Order: sequence, then C-alpha cells, then structure tokens
Amino acid sequence: MQHGKYRFIVGFLAAPLAIYILFVIWPFIQSIYYSFTDWSGLSPEFKMVGFANFTRMLDDEVFWKSFQHSVMFVVLLPLVTLTLALFFAFMLNVGGRRRKNAVIAGVRGSSFYKVVYFFPQVLSIAIVALLFQFAYNPNSGAINSALKAVGSALRWLGFDVEMVQPNWLGDPDLALWCVFAVLVWCSVGFFVVLFSAGMASIPKDYYEAALLDGANRITTFFRITLPLLWDTVQSGWAYMGILALGAESFAVVQIMTVGPSGGGPDYSTTILPLYVYQKAFRDGQAAYATTIGVALLIVTLLFVAVVMRLGRRERLEY
Amino acid sequence: MKTTDTPPADATPDERPPVTKTTAVPGPLEKPSEGRTLNFFSHGMLILWAFMVVMPLLWAVMTSFKTDRDIFSSPWALPDSLHFENWSRAWTEANMSDYFLNTLIVVGFSLVGTMLLGSMAAYVLARFEFPGNRFIYFLFIGGMSFPIILALVPLFYVMQNLSLLNTLPGLILVYIAYSLPFTVFFMTAFFRTLPTSVAEAAFVDGASHTRTFFQVMLPMAKPGLISISIFNFLGQWNQYLLPTVLNTDEDRKVLTQGLVQLAVSQGYKGDWSGLFAGLVMAMLPVLAAYIIFQRQVVAGLTAGALK
Repeated sequence: MQHGKYRFIVGFLAAPLAIYILFVIWPFIQSIYYSFTDWSGLSPEFKMVGFANFTRMLDDEVFWKSFQHSVMFVVLLPLVTLTLALFFAFMLNVGGRRRKNAVIAGVRGSSFYKVVYFFPQVLSIAIVALLFQFAYNPNSGAINSALKAVGSALRWLGFDVEMVQPNWLGDPDLALWCVFAVLVWCSVGFFVVLFSAGMASIPKDYYEAALLDGANRITTFFRITLPLLWDTVQSGWAYMGILALGAESFAVVQIMTVGPSGGGPDYSTTILPLYVYQKAFRDGQAAYATTIGVALLIVTLLFVAVVMRLGRRERLEY
Repeated sequence: MKTTDTPPADATPDERPPVTKTTAVPGPLEKPSEGRTLNFFSHGMLILWAFMVVMPLLWAVMTSFKTDRDIFSSPWALPDSLHFENWSRAWTEANMSDYFLNTLIVVGFSLVGTMLLGSMAAYVLARFEFPGNRFIYFLFIGGMSFPIILALVPLFYVMQNLSLLNTLPGLILVYIAYSLPFTVFFMTAFFRTLPTSVAEAAFVDGASHTRTFFQVMLPMAKPGLISISIFNFLGQWNQYLLPTVLNTDEDRKVLTQGLVQLAVSQGYKGDWSGLFAGLVMAMLPVLAAYIIFQRQVVAGLTAGALK
C-alpha cells in the first residue's frame, strides 16, 4: 500500500483543506487579531489599540444585556427543550397501557406523533421565524385572535371575562420569551425522535425486572431510562446549547423582533450573535464586533467545558 | 445508523408484537388507578403538542388562500374561496421564482462539492497514517463548536478581496467550507467501520489509490453518504446566516433571505396574502419530501448525534 501513498494523501487533502482554511480557520484567526485593533471595516487602515475594545466592552450596557440574554438562553433552552423531549419520548415508548405479551408499550399512535413532532426540524429557521412573527401580531395574529375567540366563547357561556390581548413582541417584558418559545417549538421534535431511538435500544428485561420489583413509571424513568440514555442526553445538551448561542437564535431574533435589524424593543431581546452582526455590518465597527465575538467564543467554550464536566458519569455498558 | 427502526409499538399490535417477546407480566402489579390518570395526562400532553406543531402550519396554508381583508378581519376563518392568484403573484411579481432558482443552483453545487471534498478528506484521515493526521482531523472537528458569526466579520472582507462577495460561486465555496466539519467527522467514523480487506484486494489487483476510492470505497460507503447528504441538503437549503451576511445583492438572494426581504417590502405594500403564499410555497416541498422519505430523513438528521 506504500506506492504513491503521500502523493495520494496530498492530492486528496489539498482541496478540502485549502477551502476550509481559507474560509473558516483563517477568518477565525484574523478575528481574534482584529479584536485588538481599531479597524472600522470600511477603510483598510487600522492600528493596534491593545485592550481598548475589551475595556470598552465591559462598560457597554448593550453588551451586558446581550450577554445576559445569551447566558439565559444557553442555560434555559437546553433545560426546557430536553425536559419536554424526554417526557414526550418516555410517553411514546414506555407510557402506554400495558398489554398482553408486552412488558412495556408506547402509547397508541406513537409513530404518528413522531412524524408530526419532527415537522419543524425540516423547515428553515427563517420561515419559522416569519410565521411566528405573524402569529404574534397583536391585532390580527393567530394567537391573539384565538384568545379572543376563547374569550367570547366563555362570555357566551355566561362567564364575565375579558381575555388578555398582549402586545407580544412589542412588549419588552414578553418579547424575549416569545423568541424563546419559538426556539423550543422548533427543537423539541428532533430530540423526541432522537431519545425515542435511544430508548428503543434499552433492553426490555430491565423494565421487566423493575416492574417485578414493583417500580412505578416515575421510578422506572429515573432509575432505568435516564441513566441508560445519559450519553445521548449529554450530546443533545451540548448541541442545544451551541444552537442557543449560534445561528438559530440569531435568525429568530433578527427576523422576529422590532427595531433596526432586530433586538428591540429597547434592547430587550438582543443577544450576543446579533450584537456582533449589528456592530460589524450596521454600525461599521468591525474591530469592536470581533471583540464581542471573542466574548461569545469564550461563553461557548465555557459552556462546552461545563457540559463535559457535569455530564461525565460512569459509562454504563449494556 | 438504523436508528428509526424502533418497532412502531401500537399501530398493529396483533400482527407484530411491539417488543422482543418476553414473558408476560401479570397485570395486578400495577395499580390500575395510577395507570389511568397517568395515561390520560400523558395522552393529553402528546395531543396538545401535536396540535401546537400542526396549527401554525395549517394556519399559514389557510392564510395563503385568503384575501388581505380577510386575513385581518377574521384570521381563523376558512378562506371564502381559494385565491390562487396570491400564489401566482408571489411566484412572478415577488421574485419567488428567482429565489428558488438561486437556491437550487447554490445548494446543487454546494452539496456535490461538500460530499466529494468531505469524503475525500475523511477517507484519507480514516485510512492512512501520516504525520499530522490527528492535527488535521481535530482542525476540521473544531469547526463544529465555534460560533460562526465570529468568523463572518473578517470573512466578509476576505470575500471582498477575492471578488467573491455577492456572487453565487462565492456562496457555494462558503457553504462547502462550513459543511466540511460535520461531513468529515461523520464520514471518517463511517470509513473506519468499513472492512480493509476489500480495498487491499483492489490494490493488489493493480488499482491505484484514487481508483480504489472511487470504484470500491465510495460505493461501499453509500448508506453513510445518503445520510450525510440529506443532513447537508437540509442545512444548506435552510441556511440563513451565511447568505444574509455574504450575499446581499438583490438578484442573487436565496429563498430564506428572499422571504425575509419580502416580509419587509410586502409590509409596506400591505400584500400579506402574497407573502403567506410565498412562505407556504417554500415550506411545502420540504415537508412533502420529508413525509415521503421520512425514514431516511430522520436517520440522516439524527445520525450524527448517535455516533
């Protein structure tokens, strides 16, 4: 196998590596370098300014708001999404009524649920964001008009109620949660399917043994399903956190929220990737944008480190 | 890989016992009342979520057939008649046809490029020992967890200097570059699982390394290639961030940014029905493809996470 081996290796690696380095690695290295300059992006001239961008960032109120929101996303989004997904997957696989010949069974129609839950995963995040922007519309959106319909139905039944008509994306207290809900909406299905596949590979004998010992469903979940699924949950956690800090969150906030290229009202929905984008491509402060980008990189790496650390458990072989 | 082959537990309980046959557990072990409330609750939650997933999509389809006046006055009512003119207006006047064409060109070339370059690199990294192998492998893998937006600021100017900014070939190259980390990661793992003896036999018979790769190894890797192609296709078709930054020329916009642009401009014109028609137009082909190729799509998208 030696003949012409190195020529072959170089021949096969050259093109992919060249493209990858030119468009991914090189810009990454440059961006860290630029964060120490005063480059505007508009003119080719710039000079080194040391840590000036970083000190400016620490005093920047909008940066801290974005930082706060991003940290909230990276903590809560995986938590909410994975909890919901674990619950649904467990119901689909183990939650059904017990039948003859089967120790455990999923609910009726579980394959139908899996197909439907997966829908959002194949749609573009941009389409989903646009769709919900209209659904949240306070006057004629799907949500408020559904609320109104429920209200009039209740009044017709004799209840004296006035249904709330929130301003959703226009309300600084609600806007961020509206965005959050959309991200949960489009991610849960993927994890339901992923966890279902994992649960299906857990040997049925374990459930049988637990049932013979008199365990109920909740105990079964915490003592058998979750520990044996832990590896998948951990990688799902990392994946979801990176999504919360990455392109998906950016798209949802940029498209859905108000203000010049998103983040409003009153910076209540701004997040780190959006702020990087705005500084670089709206305000012409490329160097400062890369500084915020470096902060985002640090948050991402810290998150990955925490997941690896907290997620480490003794690997169970089965 | 065959992650979706879970026996569909309940659809046909009689012909196909849902789980590996084990001895039946006698019923009295479970208190019936607990089972019933839990069942009721869990079913309710499952139905509620299915409803929440489907309703927005149905609402969009319904709205795309309404007149603008009806959209505002009665958002949940059925359309009085199917206003197909919304669709034709979106297709021609709102440039949806151009957006579709641009997306097809970009995704077509990027997908082929990604698969070819990705599997070439992965094959070499998986099957050959040479100094720097591990380093190059981790260089590729590292790209999966870095925030892309950080690289995009300098990348914008790199593209400008190469005169690739706002061009479709430029966008294609960038799509390929950003799809490589996961493709290399996945295909390296896949090539490692293939038996070495076949490649060795081909080599002994006088095939060159290149020929062995294209005529022996690639066909053997077909299941992996299909999974990762589906993954990359959806990722590139749905891409929003990269074109938003690097491809802002009006004539070259791809579907996702075209729709966002449409939302802004139609907002001024008040042509909401046209916009919804555009949204549904972009949504339906992907959903239809998913429903037809369900098993492959799910396997493709979940493959990486289960490795």
